[in-house]
Amino acid sequence: MPQLAKTGNEAMAEAMRQINPDVVAAYPITPATEIVMIFSQFVADGLVNTEYVAVESEHSAMSACVGASAAGARVMTGTSSQGLQLMSEILPIAAALRLPIVLCDVNRALSGPINIHCDHSDTMAVRDFGWVQIFSENAQEAYDNVLQAMKIVEDERVRLPAMATTDGFIISHCMEKIDTLEDAVVKNYVGEHKVINSVLDVDKPITLGSIDLQDYYFEHRMAMADAMNHAKQVIVEVGQDFGRRFGRSYGMIETYQLDDAEVAIVALGSTCGTARAVVDELREKGIKAGLLKIRVFRPFPADEIIQALSKIKAAAIMDRSDTLSSQGGQVFTEVRSALYEQSNKPLLTNYIYGLGGREISLDDIRRIFVEQVEAAASGKVRGPVQHFGVRQ
Amino acid sequence: MPALKDLVQKKEPLCGGHRACSGCGAPIVVRQILLASKEPVVVTCATGCLEVVSTIFPYTAWNVPFLHNAFENAAATCSGIEAAFQALKRKGKTKAEHINFVAFGGDGGTYDIGFQSLSGAMERGHDMLYVCYNNEAYMNTGIQRSSATPKGANTTTAPAGKVQAGKKQFAKDLTEIMVSHDIPYVAQASIGNWRDLTSKAEKAFSIRGPKFLNVLQPCRLGWGFAPAQTPEMARLAADTCFWPLYEVVNGEYKLTYKPKVKKPVVEFLKSQDRFRHLFKPGNEAILESIQKETDRRWEKLLKKCGETQ
Repeated sequence: MPQLAKTGNEAMAEAMRQINPDVVAAYPITPATEIVMIFSQFVADGLVNTEYVAVESEHSAMSACVGASAAGARVMTGTSSQGLQLMSEILPIAAALRLPIVLCDVNRALSGPINIHCDHSDTMAVRDFGWVQIFSENAQEAYDNVLQAMKIVEDERVRLPAMATTDGFIISHCMEKIDTLEDAVVKNYVGEHKVINSVLDVDKPITLGSIDLQDYYFEHRMAMADAMNHAKQVIVEVGQDFGRRFGRSYGMIETYQLDDAEVAIVALGSTCGTARAVVDELREKGIKAGLLKIRVFRPFPADEIIQALSKIKAAAIMDRSDTLSSQGGQVFTEVRSALYEQSNKPLLTNYIYGLGGREISLDDIRRIFVEQVEAAASGKVRGPVQHFGVRQ
Repeated sequence: MPALKDLVQKKEPLCGGHRACSGCGAPIVVRQILLASKEPVVVTCATGCLEVVSTIFPYTAWNVPFLHNAFENAAATCSGIEAAFQALKRKGKTKAEHINFVAFGGDGGTYDIGFQSLSGAMERGHDMLYVCYNNEAYMNTGIQRSSATPKGANTTTAPAGKVQAGKKQFAKDLTEIMVSHDIPYVAQASIGNWRDLTSKAEKAFSIRGPKFLNVLQPCRLGWGFAPAQTPEMARLAADTCFWPLYEVVNGEYKLTYKPKVKKPVVEFLKSQDRFRHLFKPGNEAILESIQKETDRRWEKLLKKCGETQ
């Protein structure tokens, strides 16, 4: 397997090149611009035979993706933040039409105020639109997740679109050594795109995007809910198969030193790498610290989280976005909801952190772990929702 | 131009039984255009009357492939389908040698909310025909003004009231804006002159690249006339030069219909409820301004077409 130095954006673009989709429709936006820039160069150099549609907005990018996917093409795109928001009218339509589109999404704060750096508020804002959402911890995972996303969306039990995400700048622009696969291996792995029905089939005309009223809409939404439930099994199967083939296995969640842990951090994305280092350090000091990484946020891995946290005394739920509901971030509200009926559950504290790219350091993670140790000892949390690292 | 007797033999792209109002001009636009295609067609449609009346699940009136995405993105969606076709054709994954990709949008979905999407798709040069079925207001949501609504028309968001006499602005000249995109074919047509419309559709289908057709489609509900008068309203629009019929092929203007006698614009206005308030005392200046603007635009067009009055 070729080892290459790649940024997160380069890793995603490389995965796209190897998948060689039929159509890419995209629009530039920091910090995801490089993905489509690099891919455009692949098109210009004849390294892929993709039809690249350089649209005039992200709204048109997703609209063209819907058209192309409905026409039976294998379709990919990339965006971030405001771009994802501009697409957001069309994202649920892509899901409802059951179109297997893969979107490379770089997590970035939402305006306003305008900010180009990492947080998860863009991706969390579209979490209920019927898209599978996979978070990456580093460039290696970004590469692996894009490849797996293509397998997941095209599985007939799913047929929902997916976004594989990285953290803006932290992953998208940081160079790491990653293991890539040979082109032929990827080609064989993703296989031929199977067309179920297509608006290009002029001999068998279909009507897609019908108006769907009181008598059918609910059933179609139910079918989407069922597909999202099935996606859990498919994601696990695809993650295990990836491991068997290429040596890196994936699941809905990943645990690190959690089996005998007393305190834990629950996080998504790049923060998991920082937390991992602190867990190692605390373990050396005899503190039973562990990490629960939520890799897939949609569908939500409730059962896996319940299981993973069942013996934990106190856990910090890390949210790099806020619902602005006074009830904490999206990860917190969903984890807390998942744990509601459990008799064995940890004390939970929600840490809303890192908004607009504010640094989360090893020291910060140490402090958060210390607070969990204190909570575990006292049986009390300081307050369920903390805005961590914000100046008063 | 195929003979009428041949056209009626062709399989209907849009069948009856849909829920359009009696006297609706939108299905006429669709049928007259799609029947002119000698090759298979794939249709994209913006949210609006046409989509709503023809696709109530689990039924469809469409005998050709049809995709509705959203309101403002018929052009972008169609461009995606066309891109897929190009890619799949290159890879030998589609049987069809050529398909006519047609996007339909109302004036709201074309002049207003879908304008950016349309401009983008035309600039990128996709091989597609965009058709605006222009009924001069947001009819599907209950007759709200659009930038295609004529001056003085009574709509529910620019109503005629005690101190205002309907819409204050003249309609935006979208056809001219599309000409400025320097695409190979732009035309303005109406359902009242069906031979002219079908010929234009046929010409558009014979050209590769982006094409735009702006078709006046009288709406009996929004304009206020008897259902049987739909084509007559469209003819009056052409005969008063309120809606001239012309085409622009690779930048060359050609007038395709010149009324023998140019009727005063009030002939068109007085036949519809939406302009009724203009005929009350005190609104003479508005009527005058509409005639003046109609004349100005007509003269300008004649010059471009190399015609002399």
